[in-house]
Amino acid sequence: MKPTMWLFLGLAGALALVGAACGGSGGGGGGAGDLSGTIQVDGSSTVQPFAQAAAELFQEENPGVRITVGGAGTGDGFERFCRGETQVSDASRAIEAEEQEACEKANVETEQVPVANDGIAVVTNKQLRLDCMTVDELKDFLGPDADAKSFRDVNPKFPAQQASFFTPGEESGTFDFFTEEALETDAEQRTDGVQTSADDNQLVTGVSGTPGGIGYFGFSFFQQNQEKLNAVAIDGGDGCVKPSTETIQNGTYKPLGRQIFMYPSKKAMQRPEVAEFMRFTAENAPRIAEAAQIVPLTGEQVSEAQKAVQTLAGS
Amino acid sequence: MSVTEVPASRAVVQRASRGERVGELLFPAALLLCVGFAMLALAVLIVDVAADGLQVLSIDYLTSFPSQVFPENSGVQSALVGTLLLMAVCAVFIVPVGTATAIYLEEYADRDRWWNRLIEVNIQNLAAVPSIVYGILGLAFLVRGPLELGRVVLAGALTLGLLVLPVVIIVGREAIRAVPGSIREGSLALGATQWQTIWKQVLPGALPGIATGVILALSRAIGETAPLIVVGAVAFARFNPNDLTDDPFSALPILILEWVQAPQEEFRVLAAGAILVLLALLLVMNAGAIYLRNRYEQKW
Repeated sequence: MKPTMWLFLGLAGALALVGAACGGSGGGGGGAGDLSGTIQVDGSSTVQPFAQAAAELFQEENPGVRITVGGAGTGDGFERFCRGETQVSDASRAIEAEEQEACEKANVETEQVPVANDGIAVVTNKQLRLDCMTVDELKDFLGPDADAKSFRDVNPKFPAQQASFFTPGEESGTFDFFTEEALETDAEQRTDGVQTSADDNQLVTGVSGTPGGIGYFGFSFFQQNQEKLNAVAIDGGDGCVKPSTETIQNGTYKPLGRQIFMYPSKKAMQRPEVAEFMRFTAENAPRIAEAAQIVPLTGEQVSEAQKAVQTLAGS
Repeated sequence: MSVTEVPASRAVVQRASRGERVGELLFPAALLLCVGFAMLALAVLIVDVAADGLQVLSIDYLTSFPSQVFPENSGVQSALVGTLLLMAVCAVFIVPVGTATAIYLEEYADRDRWWNRLIEVNIQNLAAVPSIVYGILGLAFLVRGPLELGRVVLAGALTLGLLVLPVVIIVGREAIRAVPGSIREGSLALGATQWQTIWKQVLPGALPGIATGVILALSRAIGETAPLIVVGAVAFARFNPNDLTDDPFSALPILILEWVQAPQEEFRVLAAGAILVLLALLLVMNAGAIYLRNRYEQKW
């Protein structure tokens, strides 16, 4: 049974060859730009589309530079970053003291570079007449001790409809931000009657498909599904403000508007390709944000970002 | 007395046979219903994915890199190459290790020794360990820790290899056991050593079975997402890994996950396309396994 023997060996060999052949075809970049090297970016999945767009536009001009972007989450991103496994960390919140400490211990210095704006939209089912909510009402709905069953339980002016909640889960940066800023708790919200999902598209489906559906998620998921959802204006003390590109950008959408960041390592910034990538990203942040369909920085914020990049690259 | 007994017992027989007949009909019907349900679920899934995915499938889709800025020009090249490389390296790892282990356990191991029984039980158990656990193992021992390979194809492939190795070993042992003892005895009687017997008689007879096991193992590995995320495969790379031990890599399941979760509809269509590519790869591999089995299987 000789042939079977060869067949067996051939099987493994053929697979290896296919892989090698494919691997080979991608090589030999270089050329136009002089820069080369590999840059690894990881962190928040909210920032991921922005980082991917930045990498893509940068690589168009510098085909020799190879950039990967992951979406492990802000916390996991910093963990890898502080071990020196990545050169740039994406974050949908500022770096925490603990993370900063871990980084310093490993001799990884960094600086916060704002790259875009983002907001969390509170949305309800399209059928529901609910235009504006105060932060206190949000707490009555979703706070850890909340027990409101219907919208009327929170405010007699609201419809009597029974409420069903759809929110991100504890592993999400959006959850962290919402519970801290709107509910003012330490990552806690009510648990009964709340369906959580890590996939924001499922939340969209839940809210739009349930008559009394209410929930919150990243602004871009509302933007992409405007015809199916009703965005609730939030009253953070200065009147009702609907989430929109403008209100998120100028900071009037309170308290659910925020900036999102990239944290490059100072050591990696000594490499010309990393420095150039961050310089490019800061300078073109609004154009990149538009390509990634998220809320861009204002002109003022861009110069702030550029200054941060300069500080890191200098000295 | 027999006059009264006969009709009674006949009635019992008739009643039983009627019940049996109903059962005879109901049971296959229930089985058919189960099969139908499973097939229906599969069909709905495939039709749903194909409806979206077919519109993006093209040669360009296979040869372009993922794009955030221009979803319409986006493709899966880096992820496809990453997945093929993973499978290739994984095969190179699991074929010798898996086969050798199976040979040892079937041909050499003395089952009266407690350590051999311990190995056996452990392998059975390892086959049921959740894949994420292998991911963490890969992260701690291959990516970081003692081996420090980094987030590279080799680390990913070895992690997947560890994950599916129990399958290769278990199927390999079945195949070796299926080679009749008379073949071994004949070979030994003619003066061959034990190793000669294994190499010239047992292994060739068991190869189709072993190969089938390897392909089925790879079919499982190809769809694994969780361990690859932990080991650090990335969703977005506009280049292929040129170096198995140095370059970051992407893989189809990771790219699919990333695209499915994007807010824009375009990316979900792209995800459907990538799912079709993955399904096609899987189908080719399974077809290969079936072909090998039918073509080379031996009747003793």
